[in-house]
Amino acid sequence: MTEPIIAIDKVNHYFGKGNLRKQILFEVTTTVDPGEVVIMTGPSGSGKTTLLTLIGALRSTQEGSMKVLGQELRNAAEGQLVGLRRNVGYIFQAHNLLNSLTAKQNVMMSLELHDQITPTEAKEMAEGMLEAVGLQERMNYYPDELSGGQKQRVAIARALVSNPKLVLADEPTAALDKKSGRDVVEIMRNLAKERGSAVVLVTHDNRILDVADRLIHMEDGRLESYDLDQEPAPEKAIALG
Amino acid sequence: MIFAIPLAWLQLKRETIRLLVAIAGISFAVILMFLQLGFQDALFESAITFHKNLKGDIFIISSQSTALIAMENFPERRLYQTYGVPGIKNVSPMYIGFGTWKNPFWEGLPKSQTRQLMVTGVNPSDDVLDIPGFTVQARNEIRLEDRLLFDSKSREEFGPIAQKFPEYQAKGELIRTEISNKQVKIAGLVELGASFGADGNVITSDDNFRRIFDQRQKGDINVGIIQLEPGTDVLKTLDTLKATMPGSLRVNPKLTPEQAREDFIIGDVRILSKKGFINVELKYWQEGTAIGFIFGLGVAIGFIVGIVIVYQILYTDVTDHLAEYATLKAMGYKNRYLLKVVFQEAMILAVMGFIPGYLLSSGMYVLTRNATALPVGMTTSRGVFVFCLAVIMCLISGIIAVRKVQDADPADIF
Repeated sequence: MTEPIIAIDKVNHYFGKGNLRKQILFEVTTTVDPGEVVIMTGPSGSGKTTLLTLIGALRSTQEGSMKVLGQELRNAAEGQLVGLRRNVGYIFQAHNLLNSLTAKQNVMMSLELHDQITPTEAKEMAEGMLEAVGLQERMNYYPDELSGGQKQRVAIARALVSNPKLVLADEPTAALDKKSGRDVVEIMRNLAKERGSAVVLVTHDNRILDVADRLIHMEDGRLESYDLDQEPAPEKAIALG
Repeated sequence: MIFAIPLAWLQLKRETIRLLVAIAGISFAVILMFLQLGFQDALFESAITFHKNLKGDIFIISSQSTALIAMENFPERRLYQTYGVPGIKNVSPMYIGFGTWKNPFWEGLPKSQTRQLMVTGVNPSDDVLDIPGFTVQARNEIRLEDRLLFDSKSREEFGPIAQKFPEYQAKGELIRTEISNKQVKIAGLVELGASFGADGNVITSDDNFRRIFDQRQKGDINVGIIQLEPGTDVLKTLDTLKATMPGSLRVNPKLTPEQAREDFIIGDVRILSKKGFINVELKYWQEGTAIGFIFGLGVAIGFIVGIVIVYQILYTDVTDHLAEYATLKAMGYKNRYLLKVVFQEAMILAVMGFIPGYLLSSGMYVLTRNATALPVGMTTSRGVFVFCLAVIMCLISGIIAVRKVQDADPADIF
């Protein structure tokens, strides 16, 4: 048994202070194995995004144990958190590309963080990645010259180009129509599988649940897990999606 | 570390209009600073043009004199007391006074146009001025009664003397006019230059000077010029004068010992090296008038305007890119990278705003020089100084604007 990419043990999380303090996550416990594609569903306000920001080291873990890529994030120093972020690929709901940069430059931004990659290599890797997401014709376009689906594909290229062990995606299809949403998710899944990256994907979109190996459902800050290989997705998870 | 992707420049370039506005704003601030400093330097420079053109090593003035526009008299014999000191080749008295000049070519209202100008009386035997036109022949001309030399760089309000002079000369005539209601004739042209204190100059002999200023007693002079034998040590001669001149010695306690060797008072006269004489004049304008303060204030305003403009541009830029900066942080970029981007933008703006500002200022200096006859021009040291001010200006704006970058919270973007 290999070590899991993510090991979450009894994580609690609170927002606010004093009387306004509100618990968001309740004893969340789960693991994600290398190369696994996990979809997280659940109604708005159930704590999905909060959990994702904890995994991605964008927030500090308050209680419980959060191990990502073998590193304990609770009480980790800011420098360690920044270091971890470099080894995680992010895909955001709003694509969040840098508008002043071309598609290729946007992808290269994620490689500049890795000192051992020369600018020439970075350029080649970025070009290869954009080809893989089917944007070879659009490499030197600026984000405002691209459609929503194309922008999201640039975001996927940016997240995956440095071969991260873990990719986190927050509703990557929310702003897309059915066809391009489906394309984007499939590209993401296939590339992640090729490279052995684990994916945690938060979505409301029940049309894409079948790309996952496993489904976790979050409700009121508590987690339930379903293995899609052994049982079909439960009605609740799909209906609420 | 050199970034493969120059994000700062790409971000500025993407917003072309904003970039142009920023450059225009910084250029404006740069021009403002250049003009203020240029005018101030021109004023000080014009104030000492006369001193610089004097052919002398040691100067004696009245201890009451503060500047060329306010020269007190002292007895000529004080100058001749120095004659015995070894190394002194020649001494020459100089008279300075301000008279009312009548423009001989005035064609406006019936009332004649008058204007104040500086009249300098020199001993025509002594070559004491290093200016074009002050030749032996010219000096012989002013030995004749009521003849004088006109400064062709005087302001044009004194009349088109320089333009008309050759015409009259060809006819064998002299331009006639009046100074303080005394008839004078223009016998030649010299080039000295207007200053803030004197809009125009004429030079004549000591005898003619006393004809114009008939209240002045013979021997009541304003400047004593001492010329030394070549190779004589000026400071040593000054020390000898200090020890041998009759009268009690006084030294301004604010002066350093070195400065006091070149600037001291003995009885009713003040003895100065050429440098000391120039410093007396500069000090009067720099410290004794509001001029330094006023121009300094102008520079400060330009500086502040620049800070505000650059800050506005940078702040807007950071605000616009806040979500992108948060994304970069989520990807693992450190705060330091983002700070660098903002400061790089500030530096790029400083350089890009300075260049047109510098060029336009150079042009404005030329315009000013032609319009005012003041010695204003671009100098390397001022260019470097204003460039440093522009960089500091942009850095300060960057420091204020960069605080906004801290607001970029990567947790907000999911």
